Amino acid sequence: MSQEEAPEAQESVRTGWERLWRAGRPRLTRANIYITVLAVLLGFAMFAQVHETRSSGLENLRQEDLVALLDSVNQQSLKLSKEAGNLTDTKKKLQDDNGDQAALKAATARLQTLGILAGTLPATGPGIRITVKDPKNVVKPSDVLNAVEELRDAGAEAMQINDVRVVASTYFAESTDGRLVADGTALRAPYTIAAIGDPHTMATAMEIPGGVVDELKQLGATPSVTSAQHIDVTALRAVSTPRYAQPDNP
Amino acid sequence: MIPAIGLVVGLVVGIVLHPDVPLSLQPYLPIAVIAALDAVFGAVRAVLDGIFDDKVFVVSFLSNVVVAALIVYLGDQLGVGSQLSTGVVVVLGVRIFSNVAAIRRHLFHA
Repeated sequence: MSQEEAPEAQESVRTGWERLWRAGRPRLTRANIYITVLAVLLGFAMFAQVHETRSSGLENLRQEDLVALLDSVNQQSLKLSKEAGNLTDTKKKLQDDNGDQAALKAATARLQTLGILAGTLPATGPGIRITVKDPKNVVKPSDVLNAVEELRDAGAEAMQINDVRVVASTYFAESTDGRLVADGTALRAPYTIAAIGDPHTMATAMEIPGGVVDELKQLGATPSVTSAQHIDVTALRAVSTPRYAQPDNP
Repeated sequence: MIPAIGLVVGLVVGIVLHPDVPLSLQPYLPIAVIAALDAVFGAVRAVLDGIFDDKVFVVSFLSNVVVAALIVYLGDQLGVGSQLSTGVVVVLGVRIFSNVAAIRRHLFHA
């Protein structure tokens, strides 16, 4: 810096520290008082600002941010009030004179949903059908499990493989003579997996590179996937009452 | 020395009083504080350069604060408040850095 080389003549030998010390000597001049007042104000303002920044929640946000925030909160409240309205309606229906009927209807709907999930009711809807021709008997239980998991990931709601309904507790194994077994039933090739769900999503999930179809092909089986608007899952699973688990009503 | 003590006193008073910044001052205070800091660092540098002048410091301190607040106010009126605040902060930041660099050279010769 040029200022370094051009100090006043008599101060040329002073080092920076000496100068600072000299300037910092307590003097009671008017200017010093002004400067001190300014320093006090600066310190005060600094802490005021720090305190403000720390303590403030929304008031320091800019207008656009606030508008976006307000928007999302409004939408949420709209959604919640809609939900509240629906629930109030249901409550009212249940409490009305013909509440028994409404309750019955709700219970029936619930029963049907649960029946489809548990595999005690036949189901129909859009979905895909996967046929796996396996003349060399190369498909292992793990491959079938893979396919089922992949379908579940893709949103399959009801599935059956040959004549066995696939539910949460379904297992796949291999019998002693090398045949596939699902839930204790021996499966015969060709295997047919019917799955109800979004056909496009499930078909895509099956056919991704390195996915189920790819792997089965590499093993030597010939899978084929067909989408359809009407897939029937007709295989049923017997209702089993839990022996140990009891409903836990709070 | 006394001004440094004054700064500390101001900080302590702020800590004790827990002041709330009035709403009308809120957009301007942060910029004003940075402008004041710029004036302070400039003053320290001037002391080391041997050209410090009390009057210059007081005037530059006040004018810095007022001009900074004015620029932000103008920016808010024109609808470019946030951008202009950023610009002012960048400029003041650059100045503070160069002042600190000069101070460092004086004190540590490095």
